[in-house]
This record gives sequence, structure tokens and C-alpha cells, in this order.
Amino acid sequence: MTNTVHSVEMVDISKSFFGVKVLDEVSFAVLPGEIHALAGENGAGKSTLMKILQGVYSMDSGEIRIAGSSVSIHSFQDARNLGIGMVFQEFSLVPELTVAQNIFLDREHKNRFGLFDEKETVKQAHIVMESLGLHIDVTAKVSTLGRAYQQLTEIAKAIAGDAKILILDEPTASLAKEEVEALFKVLRGLTSRGVSIIYISHRMDEIYKICNRITILRDGKRIAVASLEEITPNEIIAHITGRKDLEMLAHDGRSSSQFESPNFEVEGLQVGTRVNHVSFQLFPGQILGLAGLMGSGRTELVRALFGLDKKDQGTIKIDGKEVTIKNPRDAMAHGLAFIPEDRRRQGLIMEHTVKHNILSTNLSSLSHHSFLNFPKINSVVNNAITKFEVRPGEANREVRLFSGGNQQKVVIAKWMATNPRFVLLDEPTVGVDIGTKVEIMKLIRSIAHEGKSVILISSELPELLSVCDRILVIRKGEIAEDLNRNEIKDEDHLQMIVQGIHV
Amino acid sequence: MKIANLKKIDFRSTLIYWMFLVIFLAFSVILHDDGFLQSNNLLNILRQTATITVMAVAMTFVISAAEIDLSIGGVAGLTSVVAALMVRDHGLVQGILAGLAIGFIVGSANGLLVARVGIPSFLVTLGMQGVAVGFAALVTNYYPVPILNDTFNRIFGSGTIGKFPGLLLWSFTAVIIGWVTLTKTTFGRRVLATGGNRDAAEFNGINTKNIKFQVMLISSVVASIAGLLYAGRLQTGRYEWGAGDELSAIAAVILGGTSLFGGSGRIIGTFFGALLVGLINNGLILAGLPVSQQQIIRGLIIILAVALARKK
Repeated sequence: MTNTVHSVEMVDISKSFFGVKVLDEVSFAVLPGEIHALAGENGAGKSTLMKILQGVYSMDSGEIRIAGSSVSIHSFQDARNLGIGMVFQEFSLVPELTVAQNIFLDREHKNRFGLFDEKETVKQAHIVMESLGLHIDVTAKVSTLGRAYQQLTEIAKAIAGDAKILILDEPTASLAKEEVEALFKVLRGLTSRGVSIIYISHRMDEIYKICNRITILRDGKRIAVASLEEITPNEIIAHITGRKDLEMLAHDGRSSSQFESPNFEVEGLQVGTRVNHVSFQLFPGQILGLAGLMGSGRTELVRALFGLDKKDQGTIKIDGKEVTIKNPRDAMAHGLAFIPEDRRRQGLIMEHTVKHNILSTNLSSLSHHSFLNFPKINSVVNNAITKFEVRPGEANREVRLFSGGNQQKVVIAKWMATNPRFVLLDEPTVGVDIGTKVEIMKLIRSIAHEGKSVILISSELPELLSVCDRILVIRKGEIAEDLNRNEIKDEDHLQMIVQGIHV
Repeated sequence: MKIANLKKIDFRSTLIYWMFLVIFLAFSVILHDDGFLQSNNLLNILRQTATITVMAVAMTFVISAAEIDLSIGGVAGLTSVVAALMVRDHGLVQGILAGLAIGFIVGSANGLLVARVGIPSFLVTLGMQGVAVGFAALVTNYYPVPILNDTFNRIFGSGTIGKFPGLLLWSFTAVIIGWVTLTKTTFGRRVLATGGNRDAAEFNGINTKNIKFQVMLISSVVASIAGLLYAGRLQTGRYEWGAGDELSAIAAVILGGTSLFGGSGRIIGTFFGALLVGLINNGLILAGLPVSQQQIIRGLIIILAVALARKK
């Protein structure tokens, strides 16, 4: 074994952004023909590590070896020439081109006049597909294919580019079960040809099904490397989350019996195929958690509540009265606030200042006959900055210049300034360092203590466990479980439920 | 504190004033003997840039909302023609109202197509430009329509207040209203939020479709006011008035430091941008260059200035 040459070897990789260490001497190695899982929370450093391997970021220190020899990767092009292929979560295919044209995009077959050779392209694409054991019409436009076939086309594209190392980021996030099987078959076929696969996933069952080994990162450090035959799911979860975080986020033992009558009721909510007949009640001062895998319908549910997506069926009652929420303006008028999952695209206007971002949700309360009331704006903004501990506390600084955690505080601050009754939070701690995570959890508790009702979506189960009074587990758009906090033993227990593994 | 703040002021954000100053001084020296500095000439520059200034102020809102309006030149021309015909046949008030109605109609059509149907404003207004100019040429059979109503001509452009050209009042008013609206009202914030990040603005409860509709409407109505100013200053309605003004107005806005990608707008910068465009035009004419050379040099100066002023 000692003489085995790794197909990829990353040694002592370190990387900092703006003085924050996101990778701390991380080593990572993959054998030829191996499927190697890379696991860790959001922000643990997985994607940074992969981006270094693809030449998107440069490392501060460390070494990369491909097939035993040291290489330097400065661009995507370099990575591709070294046989590193990436299957993007957001596909990089051109929808209006055919499968064959996409596979050979930017290395088109030319005929002797230097023109695009459609015949040769189709023939070669066929050969690639055959080798993967796939029967896809390579002359079909990509836009006519389902998600799974688009994904397989993406893989074919990487293979046609002679990829020896394939990176897959959450490849099954939007696939149906049969499609997942087809994907796995292709992946196994590839490994028998000696291709190495780096498999990034949060889904425990899939990791056990298809991977040989796993590397776990947490807070920019490599925590463990193990063969999947030697490690239990519980151990993996423990490594991913880190027990000490759990202590920092300990549940404060509120009982749900303190709630009298619900002030927010959802009945039979239907949104396309993503949310299926969902009903639940929310009480004043209650924190309701929504747990579920990515793509389970959690986000779609809250988006519909806030009027961002059209509801096909179902009613929402506030204080027992049915209300109509067709757009975010209706939702805000009924006292809802929504902290969205993607703060850069949905939460903030990155080029605007903190002051203007806070102002944007409060325009009518901070103006008089459409004229902005600047003294009032300044005092509200300064109070918000102090209360939510935005650092640095400069109201006139553009939000893009703040750290992720402080940006998120600005989002929370601007919504809390609207004085909402119902606060919806979708993954509020994504890409936020552990210190700020704890602060955000404290904030959520204090929001509930003020008597506001909170709906919290999080993929990080310790967070849900630490603050929620009740947790709904969402699976395939339905409420699969409705649990009181005290019915859940610990994180592992909840993890099993979320994964759909019954103990 | 104050000094530290001053140092932080971005060089680019004050660039327009420096460029204005440098070109002004250069012309003062080079064109001194051609009468550049004479008060008559300077007032002339202001008078000639008034229409561009008015349109550029509205264009600042359009560009801040991450849209564009290429139809303003055509709207101005069509308005001048319609107003001239109505003044001739029906009277002063009817002429003014008919002119403004052109702005409302074209602006509503632009706004609906951009905000509701979702066609990019670039295409909508490019097409609308042709429609407006074509209509203006059609109803007048390419002939100019003289305006003999003195009141009309005095209000829109030819009048003076003391020695002060009335046109200046129009451009100052436009700049002041534009500045107050963009920086001091909720509407201004909504426009900037929509242009800065439409998704986030929508999540914040801002009706971004309405905002896009409104900026397109404002732009056309203001362009029709500019059309009235052309008609009054030149005492004629003609389909050619305003031709090419969309490009001068856009150049003025971008020179002034407004981001072409939306989300930031500077009205005072736009004002100086418009003055700079007028200054360059005037200087090139005084220098006695033929039209062809004027066009080449003007184009190059604008490209250079925008290249220096752009943010990214």
C-alpha cells in the first residue's frame, strides 16, 4: 500500500480571506478508482479546497501533486489540462445547444476547412455516451432533457475532456430516486476505468452506498479521514458538527406548554409539486424549526408564506382570520419578515450602505408624505447597529465590505426594524463563523422572548435543537414528522429522522 | 474626522468636476481669440445644453433602475411636431397638452412592455425611437411646422428673465427636482434599490415592476417637455429635433458618475456631464472644425471620459 500513487494529493493547504483562515494546513488525498466523500458543514472549507484544486483560488501555502508529481494550478484551464473535471451544481451547459455540441463545447471537431464538423461531433459524442453505458440522443437539445440527463451530460463532458479526477458537488440534490441509481451506475463504471471521484454530499445514506473513504473538514481543519467500513454514521455526524458547538448552543429548556392559542395557522398549503398539503400552527413566542434535506421543500414553503411564490391551494389565518398574501408587500402588511437563504442575492443590496439597506424595508415608517425623515432614519439605523452589534458600526459603509456574519446581522436588523410579529429565517447562519452563529442563535431566542413567532429553517441540526420549541421534519414537500423538542433525544436522533432512517 | 473623510472620497466620484475644469481651462486658452469666454458664448452653452440636461436628469432615474431609454430623442421630435400643429390649429393650451400626451402615451407603452411584458428596455425603446421619428415625419411630410404663438415660444425657450435665458430656469428646475427626488424621497430609494438588486428589492416589499414602469414613464414625459423646449427655442416643430439626444443624455449620465449597471445615481454629476457635452460641442464649433471632424473628436472625447469615469 505504501507505494500507491495517489491521483490527487493536496498537502498542508492553507488559505485566508481578509485575515480569516478558512483552510488550516488541510491535507486531502484520493486514490485512483476511488470515490472519496468530502464532508463538512457549510463554511467548513470544502468548497474553498475544491476551488483551489480547480485553480479558481490560489493557496497561501501547501502543495498539490497529481499522479505523484508536484503541479501548480493557476486557472481552470490548468486544472483541465491536468485531468481535473468538475460537475457543477448549477450546470454549465448551454441549453440551446445539443448534447453533442455541449460535450465538445470549446474543443469542437473541425473539418478540413476549419469549420465546425457536426457529423464527427455526433459520432464522438456517441462513443463517449456508449462508454458510460448511457443511451441518450446526443442530437437532442439540452433544454429538452430532464435534470438527471443534464447532469449525466455534464459528466460526459468532463470525461470527453479526459478527466481523470471528477469533482461532484451535491450531485443528487435535484434528482429523483431512479435517477440517482442511474448516476451511481455511471460513477461505478468510471471508477473501474481508474477515474477518481471526489463526492461532496450532505446525504449520509448516499455516502455509505457509493463512497470508499471519507474526509471530514470542520472550521477549516481536517478532522478525520476514514474508510467507510470503519466509521459509523454517528461518528461522522459528531466529526462534522463538533460536540463543543453543541454545548455552546445548549437548549435553554423552554417548555411549549406556555403557549396559549395559535396566532398563525396554515392549512392545506399546496405549492406546485414542491409543497404538499402542509398544515401547521404557530404560537406567540414560539420558535418552530423546519428540518429537512436540501430540496425537501422547506424553502418553497416559507417563500409561499411570504408571498414570493404562488399558492395553488390552502389558507393562512392570522389571529383566526383568513388573510390573503399575494406578494411580499401583503406579507409585510400582516407583520411577516423574511430573512432569505441567499443574503448576497436576496437579502442585501451589496453596493449600498448599511443605512440604505436598513432603510429599504422601512421606507414608509421612516418618511413623511414620501419625504425621507433623515433624523429619524439616523437614529433608527444607529440603534439597530448597536442592538445587533454590527461591526464595524459604520452606517455609511457599503455592506459588501462587511464579513458574512455582519452582513447577516444587517439583514436581521433591517427586518427587525419593521417590528414584525412573525419572523421567517431561512438558513440564517450559512457562511457565518462559529462566533457569529452563536450570536445569531441568541438573537433568535431574544426575538421569541419579545413574543414574536419564529419559523427557523436550518440544515445545521444543533442550531435547531438549541433554540426550537417544536421541529417539523419536511420530506418531499410534506410534513413527515411533527416533534416537540423534548421528544428528540439528541442530534444523532434528529439526523436519523431527517435522513428517513428509522431506528 | 472631517479630514479623514475627505481623504476617503473616491477620486472617480469627483472626476467629472475635474474633467469639466480641465476642458474648460483648455478651451479658455486655446479658443480665447474665438470668443469662448465671452458671456454671450457661455450663456449660449447653457442654453444649448438645457434640453440635454432636462432629459439627462430623467435618464439618471432610468439608468439607476438598471434600464435604458433610447426613445427620448424621437419623443422630443414627435412632441415638437404635434405641439406645433396643435398650437397652429387649436391654440396654446391644447398644444402643450397634446405635446405632453405624447410623452404619456409613449412612456406608458415603454413601461408596460418593459415592466409587465418583460422585454428588455434596450429593445423596446430602440423600436419606439423609430416609431416616434417615423410618425413625426409622416404627419408633417418632412416639413418643418413654424410656431407663431409668441407666448408658447416665450415659455419654452426663447424668453428671458432679465438677461437670464428662460431655458436655464427649466434646466435648473429639472436638476433641483431630480436631486430632491433621488436623494430625499422614498421613490428615489426604491429606484436605487430596484436597480441595485432587483431580487433583494422585491424581497424587501418593493414593487419593482411599478418602479420600472414609473421610470420609463417619467423619462418619456420629460422627453416631451424637452420637445416643447426645442419647439419654443427654434420656434418650429420638426421631426429631426432631438435626433441623437439619447446618446448625449446617456453620455452625460455616465460621465456624471452614475453606474451603467444600476443602483447608484448622481444628479449633480449628470448636470455637469451635460454641461461637459455642451462645452465640447461649443468648443469644436468655435474652433471652426467641419461637422465630420466635430463628430469624430466628440465621440473620442466621450469614450475617453466614460472610460475614466466607469466604476468597474
